[in-house]
Amino acid sequence: MKPPVPQVPPPGWSEFKDLQEWEKYHQERADNDKTSEALSSIAEAIHHFPGGWIVTTSTEKIFNWARSSSIWPVTFGLACCAIEMMATFASRFDVERFGMVPWASPRHSDLMIVSGTVTIKMAPMLKRIYDQMPDPKWVVSMGSCANSGGPFRHGYHVVKGVDRVVPVDVYVPGCPPTPDSLMYGLLRLQEQVAQFQKTGTRPAPAEPA
Amino acid sequence: MTALTVAAASSQIQERFGVGPSATGGEVSVTVPPEQWQELARFARDTLGCRYFNFLTAVDWKEQGLEVLARLDNLDAGVALTIRTRVAADRLRCPTLTGVFKGADWMERECYDMFGVAFEGHPDLRRILLADDWEGHPLRKDYAVDTPQAPYR
Repeated sequence: MKPPVPQVPPPGWSEFKDLQEWEKYHQERADNDKTSEALSSIAEAIHHFPGGWIVTTSTEKIFNWARSSSIWPVTFGLACCAIEMMATFASRFDVERFGMVPWASPRHSDLMIVSGTVTIKMAPMLKRIYDQMPDPKWVVSMGSCANSGGPFRHGYHVVKGVDRVVPVDVYVPGCPPTPDSLMYGLLRLQEQVAQFQKTGTRPAPAEPA
Repeated sequence: MTALTVAAASSQIQERFGVGPSATGGEVSVTVPPEQWQELARFARDTLGCRYFNFLTAVDWKEQGLEVLARLDNLDAGVALTIRTRVAADRLRCPTLTGVFKGADWMERECYDMFGVAFEGHPDLRRILLADDWEGHPLRKDYAVDTPQAPYR
């Protein structure tokens, strides 16, 4: 049983057949986004009323305000970052005042906080949980391991950044990040969500003040 | 029965197997060919009283082969015995210890997982830590960490 011969240079991750298929699958999902369809039909219906265009701009703001004020993160802890994530959910830091309720089902959740090291063995499960979440959905990459592999980047078993598996909206640095850091990242995510349009384009985050 | 000492253990192994163990402190280290691997483990368990199977692992010495080693402890006497054997790099086969110590089962599976040593006679030799479709054995010296493995790395 011989070990695989290293290829120089190694092919990029986007050249793999499986990932391309997943990307295609993901894009197909985005087209079938029933939430966006419902919102656009509501907006068109209101648009037919006299003076409805004024209301239309306001409805989108209202919907985005509602989305950003009730982001439910799925409880998905992977490693030591999950301890800090639990502290963030608990009474001292209390992200529930921002409308974030840790929810134990991906099918009711809007946000996945990837808190910890993603191993190659765990990545398919992470992808499956992400696929089970309804659109629109967001991902926060928490900690060095989820961002880039962190101290295990040169190991044989760690995914070198969770953005190779799912699209990431906010990266929170730290090893592990303090609850304050995660809370700051979640507030930045709220800003992004508040600007989210039904076209799916996400604006670049503003520079921190 | 008097407690086992390091010197007594060394001389008994010397007498039985004809190899000179090295003893430092409370530890005895002995290297045998793979054919005597099971016999040495059974001798250590029954005669020397090393009933505690501590761990089993391997060391990759590149072209000089791969060294499989196990540590057996006599907890009553405080004597630790490290038994070693050397298998060739192109023929990674070693007799199993599962018939002597039941706890060697998962240790040998891990050793197979990480080093690719095939333990002959093992009842259930398959990967234990890595995914079933993993290619290669990552703790070998010639394993490339940047080996492209679809699709996550």
